Amino acid sequence: MTQSNPDSLKEILVWAEQRDGRLMSVALEILSKARELAGPLGARVSAVVIGEGCGACPDELVAHGADRVFVVEDARLRLYQADAFTAILCRIVGETRPGLVLLGATSVGADLAPAAAARLATGLTAHCTDVHIEDIDGRAQPVMTVPGWRGNLMVKIVCPEKRPVMATVRTGVMEKSAPDPSRTGEVVALEAGLGEGEFRARTIEKVAEAGEGELEQARVVVSGGFGFYEAGGTALLEELALAAGGVTAGSRPACDAGWVPESRLIGQSGKTASPDLFITVGASGAPHYTTGFAKSKIVVAVDRNPKAPIFDVADFGIAGDLREVLPALVEELRRKT
Amino acid sequence: MPLRILVCIKQVPDPEQFDRMTLDPATGSINRAGIAPITNPVDRHALEEGLRIREALGGSVTVLTMGPPQARKCLEDALAMGADRGVLLCDTAFAGADTLATSAVLAAGIRSAGDFDLVLCGNESADGATGQVPAQLAEALGWPRVTFARKIEWSRDGMLARVEREIEGGFLRVEVELPAVIAVVKRINRSRLPTIFGILEAAKKEIAEVGCAACECAGLVAEAMGLGGSPTRVAGIFQSHRKRQVEMIGGDAKEAARTLVARLREMDVL
Repeated sequence: MTQSNPDSLKEILVWAEQRDGRLMSVALEILSKARELAGPLGARVSAVVIGEGCGACPDELVAHGADRVFVVEDARLRLYQADAFTAILCRIVGETRPGLVLLGATSVGADLAPAAAARLATGLTAHCTDVHIEDIDGRAQPVMTVPGWRGNLMVKIVCPEKRPVMATVRTGVMEKSAPDPSRTGEVVALEAGLGEGEFRARTIEKVAEAGEGELEQARVVVSGGFGFYEAGGTALLEELALAAGGVTAGSRPACDAGWVPESRLIGQSGKTASPDLFITVGASGAPHYTTGFAKSKIVVAVDRNPKAPIFDVADFGIAGDLREVLPALVEELRRKT
Repeated sequence: MPLRILVCIKQVPDPEQFDRMTLDPATGSINRAGIAPITNPVDRHALEEGLRIREALGGSVTVLTMGPPQARKCLEDALAMGADRGVLLCDTAFAGADTLATSAVLAAGIRSAGDFDLVLCGNESADGATGQVPAQLAEALGWPRVTFARKIEWSRDGMLARVEREIEGGFLRVEVELPAVIAVVKRINRSRLPTIFGILEAAKKEIAEVGCAACECAGLVAEAMGLGGSPTRVAGIFQSHRKRQVEMIGGDAKEAARTLVARLREMDVL
């Protein structure tokens, strides 16, 4: 379909996901990355917002680095419609010919991105931890870094011939820049221009469930591995989370054992958490777990085994009997300063 | 109405043993020696869902995989669980494929294997873990898709699926007419184990082999397959490095807790 010169990278496009008129945090995170890449390249950064009632989004996108915002508003697009969103994104890519397209790897972006890439017959890299411009085979091109095999190895991916290069990034992986309210940008309203064929799979309604989505917003996360259970079970984990003003989470073994729900699973097959403080207790530190909180500001590890690899990925460690350490921590946290 | 169901499955190295994978620094190749291949865990749930739909509405379940000759094993396991027949997409021309080329070959293989109303997949594989193939397969087939499906209900004689599709903070209710691709998550069901009877029956069932020529007959050019049909390339692999420097806090439990909490408050993260 669209082919521009592989070496030209004058336009970067960001799909800025919004829900109920509010931008997802990952949209601003990838936009910040796009802005950072655009600087040295002299490229323009455009963002696409699709939905209904997203009037406040363009200003926020411009403040975070967009030079241009395409807004597609349509009452039929209040909720994610797979066919329609794919058609709109592909149309905008076809018209603007970006060299690079970034999308947030939410459960929605993870559906939209591959379909769009297939329709555009180009390459897509999932769940990048970094995107940078690097000279490979004598050409400066976008290079994506992804954790492979549950984070045991890191893989560099390129898309040498096809354009645009496409990549998804998970929430919390990239850093959101501070907004600059003095920035100016162009806002372009576009017609959805959709036919009946664009609603073969129709989203009827969104149903909210309690407890979902809290992990991504939390500033403190207390996460249990297999080892925490014998030290007091879920009650102690919750007590610790409450005292620290955070939410609970867990590793794959803790989740498989039914001690924490799937919505609170940390790691390669679950969620990525990047809170200010991540406290992990009773987890030995398998890479597919630790990759899920690597971007946290401060990591505290508590485990019985002083040689556990979990301490290699922590800022502070306490090696000791969890049955003593955890109640002591709860008590200390409850003490007001 | 009986449904003609096709379930895509994949053989992967056992994810429980991924930490045994090492990188040969000299060659840059991955050493996965001794890691047992298994059927991708969530694909078993896709198969289970297919079998349940067949039990409820009637029809047939075909199971399909793309892989080396050894991938026949996961088809045999699926037949023992109750699938009716297997299709093995196996050709050196398919090797080195990224998700786009994989999806193109899967779609061609599905076309060459017959007419189907529903394609079920696991939402993602444990090894590549991109989760890109179901949506790209739907595009290659020209069908609508629903991914992250955690519940499927049927109405209008099974030609309309009502799907609960997971999303952050809850789920979406999605309706889709067949034919469609639906990718499922693990919580959709509990998958069954093969029975002795199932294993005995499986030996009588057919596994068809489909290669490059059959895919070309189904309309896919050879240039779209394997490494040559893959827009993405691996430019390098490296061992992930750790960057935090741990400070171990000693003393008895009470002392350690006091020191730690004080430090965290100083850093303004509590």
